[in-house]
Amino acid sequence: MPIPTREEIYAALEERHGRELQKKLSEASVAVCGLGGLGSNIAIALARAGVGRLHILDFDIVDISNLNRQQYFPEQLGMYKTDALYDTLSRIAPYCDIQKDCVKLDEDNIPGLLEKESIICEAFDKADQKAMLVNCVLENMPEKYLVAGSGMAGIGSSNTITTKRITKRFYLCGDGTSDVEDGMGLVASRVLICAAHQANAVIRIIAGKYEI
Amino acid sequence: MVKINGELLDKAGCSVTDILADMGTSGQRVAVELNESIVPKAEYSSTFLKDGDTMEVVRFVGGG
Repeated sequence: MPIPTREEIYAALEERHGRELQKKLSEASVAVCGLGGLGSNIAIALARAGVGRLHILDFDIVDISNLNRQQYFPEQLGMYKTDALYDTLSRIAPYCDIQKDCVKLDEDNIPGLLEKESIICEAFDKADQKAMLVNCVLENMPEKYLVAGSGMAGIGSSNTITTKRITKRFYLCGDGTSDVEDGMGLVASRVLICAAHQANAVIRIIAGKYEI
Repeated sequence: MVKINGELLDKAGCSVTDILADMGTSGQRVAVELNESIVPKAEYSSTFLKDGDTMEVVRFVGGG
């Protein structure tokens, strides 16, 4: 089968999501920082929903230990995550405008790299890096919407993972406590729940539904 | 009285650093919001809570 045209894919999305929402989604621009279990799944959910522009950022390569929860394939081992996910996203949503940056984010480069997107997803794995990104965005870019994730390790109840609106433009998803350092590792199903919370928070922000 | 993470506490006059220490965190893995505004990390020790303030301490844990 030939790849459908831009118009055909848009029409199919519009039929499912409605004209008004699809217009907003196609005009939206979202940054996903960190392309592990959270970020790879968030980006795929947003690409499938027809978000018009995605900016994906990570510095790491695909490792065999990632395959239990991250959206990569065994043949992609050793590739940069930005390149591997770019390929997958392009297959899912061939007309999505995707920018990839293979870079380690820090306090100096964040304001420049994330300048264009109105919504930023924090999807790192290390707690201090999560805090660094969140503080940097909130301190330097108060006009951005920020959706972060914290607490999704193990196989605890699905229902302990929630979305909280901490302040007007800062949302936090997860159970807040399940730390990967406490023993139990990350499991696909529960990481996906948190990623889905984050992706849905983004879509609700795009739709103008700011309450949780 | 101040409200910290939804709980009313007798912490007016304390600094953000004091409160984080009471919570057992150094401040490396947190974000602190005071009355809906972020408190920059550099201002934790010089920011003192006033009666009626609302503070949110977001603690990050690993995994993603």
